[in-house]
Amino acid sequence: MDEATVRKVARLARLKVTDEEVSRLVPQLGNIMQFVEQLGELDTDNVEPLASVANIDLRLREDDVTDGGMADQVLANAPESMEDFFVVPKVVE
Amino acid sequence: MAQLVKGQTGDWEIVIGMEVHAQVTANSKLFSGASAEFGAAPNSQVSMVDAAMPGMLPVLNEHCVYQAVRTGLGLNSAINKTSVFERKNYFYPDLPQGYQISQYLHPVVGEGKIEIDLPDGTTKEIGITRLHLEQDAGKSLHDQHPTKSYVDLNRSGCALMEIVSEPDIRGPDEAAAYLSKLRMILRYLGTCDGNMEEGSMRADVNISVRKPGGELGTRAEIKNVNSVKAVQQAIDFEVQRQIEILEGGGTVVQETRLWDPGKMETRSMRSKEEAHDYRYFPDPDLLPLVLTQDYIDNVANDLPELPDQKKHRFMEEYGLSLYDASVLIAEQQRAEYFETVTDGRDAKIAANWVINELLGLLNKNGKDLSGSPISAAQLGGLIDLIADNTISGKIAKDVFAEMFETSKDAPAIVEEKGLKQVTDTGEIEKVIDAVLDANPDNVAAYKGGKDKLFGFFVGQVMKETGGKANPAMVNEILKKKLT
Repeated sequence: MDEATVRKVARLARLKVTDEEVSRLVPQLGNIMQFVEQLGELDTDNVEPLASVANIDLRLREDDVTDGGMADQVLANAPESMEDFFVVPKVVE
Repeated sequence: MAQLVKGQTGDWEIVIGMEVHAQVTANSKLFSGASAEFGAAPNSQVSMVDAAMPGMLPVLNEHCVYQAVRTGLGLNSAINKTSVFERKNYFYPDLPQGYQISQYLHPVVGEGKIEIDLPDGTTKEIGITRLHLEQDAGKSLHDQHPTKSYVDLNRSGCALMEIVSEPDIRGPDEAAAYLSKLRMILRYLGTCDGNMEEGSMRADVNISVRKPGGELGTRAEIKNVNSVKAVQQAIDFEVQRQIEILEGGGTVVQETRLWDPGKMETRSMRSKEEAHDYRYFPDPDLLPLVLTQDYIDNVANDLPELPDQKKHRFMEEYGLSLYDASVLIAEQQRAEYFETVTDGRDAKIAANWVINELLGLLNKNGKDLSGSPISAAQLGGLIDLIADNTISGKIAKDVFAEMFETSKDAPAIVEEKGLKQVTDTGEIEKVIDAVLDANPDNVAAYKGGKDKLFGFFVGQVMKETGGKANPAMVNEILKKKLT
């Protein structure tokens, strides 16, 4: 783990980190990575990936319209809205 | 029909692969019960799942799975019995989750192929790489306010099929033919309405050029190409741009470019460059999708006759040309219309009337087949009158025009206007005698060797009978009388 990686991960997650935070995060994240990498010691060559610990199948729903029609509730937490649109800072160059 | 492009350093070959996003025809969204219908009031078709409220869980729509499998089978593709939904992570205001649920390493549909029909009358096979299911994003409006964007999440979470082709496409004509055939197949299957104007089918075009048969060049991905015509125009522009760069000693940059239909050019979308680190991982909210062979077999048994099957059947069963068959199968309704017309009648004659007369006139009047004033049974009735010599082919065209105006049956029009063909030898002879008597000079000239006057006599007889005399009989009797 190095500073460049920490900065890249932070940028991809849209997190603002100060230089001081970066130098603190490098060893912390490095430790976490090392901890997880212990799993690499196991031989998993003939082991199927485990999608879930519960022995259940993916549940499907029927194609019925059962939801929606509540623009007011959907917009209730929006910092800004207008005529039932979300309003955000302009995002096109 | 590979189209090579001439550059200053010789010929260049165009290599194109397409990614088509097709909105799945379904009542509700891929993972929520909100309506997927087009054109509703802003944010009126948004569930808390689509708005990505914390704690909401996606539940897969079984019909969207059915539609994807059906489409895969229609594209002659392998169906994967296990597929996995993954999160594609990026930030944009019309993507409230901060990730799109998509399929990456394990798509529901694998490799296949379709046949495309080219303008020069040949066909070509284009490979399908994969088809996967994913969520659509919302819609941002950028032109409503000087400093703000407006976001409508109605489309957010609607099911899309992304259909990826192999880089088998070699030019704008092939690209257009591929898109048209794909749209036709989706419409036959009823899995996407194929409406490019409403955005229910959108194409990204990957373009590169190379020396014929050489190493693949670096490609550019062109977005925002929203019609078959735009695809062709964008390819023409982008190919020239890349050739100019390469011949000028430069290198093509691998990037996403936007097609601008107003300026007729592609331009770089610099903002997207950094964003290509999507960090896919299996969505922990969703288990793998597992399909049984029984399920796949059942979907296969439900398939309609597909465009290419129909095309080949029309050529074999009815002896039609590839061109005629391709025109007739372009829409299911058109093919059905033709089969009703031709039932018990000569197929080539029926195809000719449907394609050259009916579709031509409909097109001229800005109508389509569903608004045709002439039903298939009525057109068949007209053809019967020609076949049994009740009217001549020439009169038939007049009757056809009248049918188009009034929607009346052909026999009624023929009866009403007295258009029945004269096949009575005596009657035709009488008219011929009168014409010959009235033109003694021309008769003498004809007998003196001016053969061309024969047409004049035929014309006069037809004129006298109002076009109703049987042309073959007129010819025969005239010849006899003039020797």
